[in-house]
Amino acid sequence: MPNSILALLTIFGMALATYLTRISGWWLMSYVQPSPRVEAWLRQIPGAVLVAIVAPAVFATNVAQTLAALCTVIVAIYTKNVLISMIVGVAAVWLLRLIM
Amino acid sequence: MQQVSTLKELEEKQVVFTRKGLLRGMRRTIPLAISGFTVGLVFGVLARQAGLNTLEVFLMSALVFAGASQFIALSLWVLVPFPALTIIFTTLIVNLRHMLMGASLRPWLSQFSRAKVLALLYLMVDESWALTIGDFTEGGRDMAFLLGSGLVMLFAWVSSSVIGHIAGSAITNPAQWGLDFAFTAVFLALLTGMWKGKSNLLPWAVAAVVAVISYRLLPGAWYIVLGGLAGSVTGAISNAK
Repeated sequence: MPNSILALLTIFGMALATYLTRISGWWLMSYVQPSPRVEAWLRQIPGAVLVAIVAPAVFATNVAQTLAALCTVIVAIYTKNVLISMIVGVAAVWLLRLIM
Repeated sequence: MQQVSTLKELEEKQVVFTRKGLLRGMRRTIPLAISGFTVGLVFGVLARQAGLNTLEVFLMSALVFAGASQFIALSLWVLVPFPALTIIFTTLIVNLRHMLMGASLRPWLSQFSRAKVLALLYLMVDESWALTIGDFTEGGRDMAFLLGSGLVMLFAWVSSSVIGHIAGSAITNPAQWGLDFAFTAVFLALLTGMWKGKSNLLPWAVAAVVAVISYRLLPGAWYIVLGGLAGSVTGAISNAK
């Protein structure tokens, strides 16, 4: 865990980075028009990053987590609710770890 | 009132900034703000487990104000040594989509002062942007819509994060209850919402494979950067036509 100064600096760094992404598209547009390929790439980033984050936990740890991930996805598809999906996923992993 | 001088200006309805637009933006955003509020509660609970204090949670939600990247930061927050630069860099990468959103608003922002635009863009999040674009597509021409929408989202996000953090003190020893899996579950739920169909299959598979291999071979959070880059580049190439 970071000390409090490092934690605050990290938060300010995240805030600055995010604000730059918010203003830079508007600012850059007065100079260049992004190519369709660059646009397509930017659009793909959030999903790909999220997949990269969950992949080791889902596919490279244990069967309990893989099955719990499957439960979470099914519930998320049907409810479209992050909170309910999270509760079901956590309950599933807790149960599966008990019995496996 | 400026005098209309060219045909083009006659065709484009003047973009205004009124109290009415502000209130309409607020009203239209309430359903999305409620769903944002539940996600914020989850964020607050998980932030406590990652070791953030209430002030840090408040500052992160108020200043960063970008859900997915904040969850990712929490999942990295517990690593030793603390990967400050990785967190900031990953935040930048995940939020690059804002560039597209900001670019799309440009034609309607041109008549406002630089200071006003810089303040408005602070409130441009996925939800407020989407609703504003929707309103302008339907013929609305009031940029205060974005202000109202963004303020409602900001209020919902910050208040729910803090409430979740305070309420989360009731939970001790998270792994015992499977709560270490909560991040993964939240990300999976966010991902199912992003699924647009078969075109996602190849890029996401590439992201997963590269991430798992990097996770095994490399230290720290490189697997996120490498998997994210590999997947997004694959997506850009495979969906080019």
